[in-house]
Amino acid sequence: MELPVFYVLAAVIVVSALLCITRRNPISAAMWLVATMLALGFLFVTLGAEFIGIIQVLVYAGAIMVLFLFVIMLLSLGGAPSDMRRWPAWVLALALVGTLALQLLALGRYSPERLAIEYSGIPSAEPDSVFHGSAVLQSQVASHGVVGAMAQPLFSTYLIPFELTSILLLAAIVGAVVLAKRKI
Amino acid sequence: MLLGPSLTLSAILFAIGVAGVLIRRNAIVVFMCVELMLNAVNLTFVALSRAHGVDGQVFVFFVMTVAAAEAAVGLAIILAMFRHDQSIDLRQVNLLKG
Repeated sequence: MELPVFYVLAAVIVVSALLCITRRNPISAAMWLVATMLALGFLFVTLGAEFIGIIQVLVYAGAIMVLFLFVIMLLSLGGAPSDMRRWPAWVLALALVGTLALQLLALGRYSPERLAIEYSGIPSAEPDSVFHGSAVLQSQVASHGVVGAMAQPLFSTYLIPFELTSILLLAAIVGAVVLAKRKI
Repeated sequence: MLLGPSLTLSAILFAIGVAGVLIRRNAIVVFMCVELMLNAVNLTFVALSRAHGVDGQVFVFFVMTVAAAEAAVGLAIILAMFRHDQSIDLRQVNLLKG
């Protein structure tokens, strides 16, 4: 059941991402990006990260994309001429992206089984006996629920990074107001 | 487990984002492609969190916070760019001074 859902969502994600980068109208590009992010949110739920999936839909597909659409409409860019670069840039881009994609596709060969064997040095090591994160996650979800399992490390192990993000958000608010206000 | 397919998908998504940044000249579309790349990285974190514990999901949380802050500041910069020379074409942006 999981696999067909994954492949349907993967197809939707790739097609709408490709449409997003090729549509001339910025509004269409933004709408296809919303489709990509929604499908990605569903994919997160399929992968067992329900809370992240909901946050993805709320924050990315909701808040951030509204901000983008707002700016596009504010600048009335709807009828702008094509902003695609000419062919030398295309050739260079395809060469660079092809190289990058080849390197990144090696990620697909990653497997916890092989990592467990290399990490522990035991030829017959099982991933679950070497890495305990997956078992800990399952027991945390069973005892605290999906949100509680994420809140536990967020407010204990990652407390300092969590507090730092509040400073980051404050700096972003101040920066955005200053940039929007002053005559630059 | 879907780990391999998820990581492959995130590689493809990241490459599409990079392609978008390289072939477009509209600053807002380029910015949207950067968000696409951030999403690809989030997919990697979520896929690996399934095998190695919940820390990956916490990192996605931080990435989303940074993306929200980046969107606010980036769009303010694009607005300032538009006010300065009535266009957000990246060919126009070749000076650091106003």
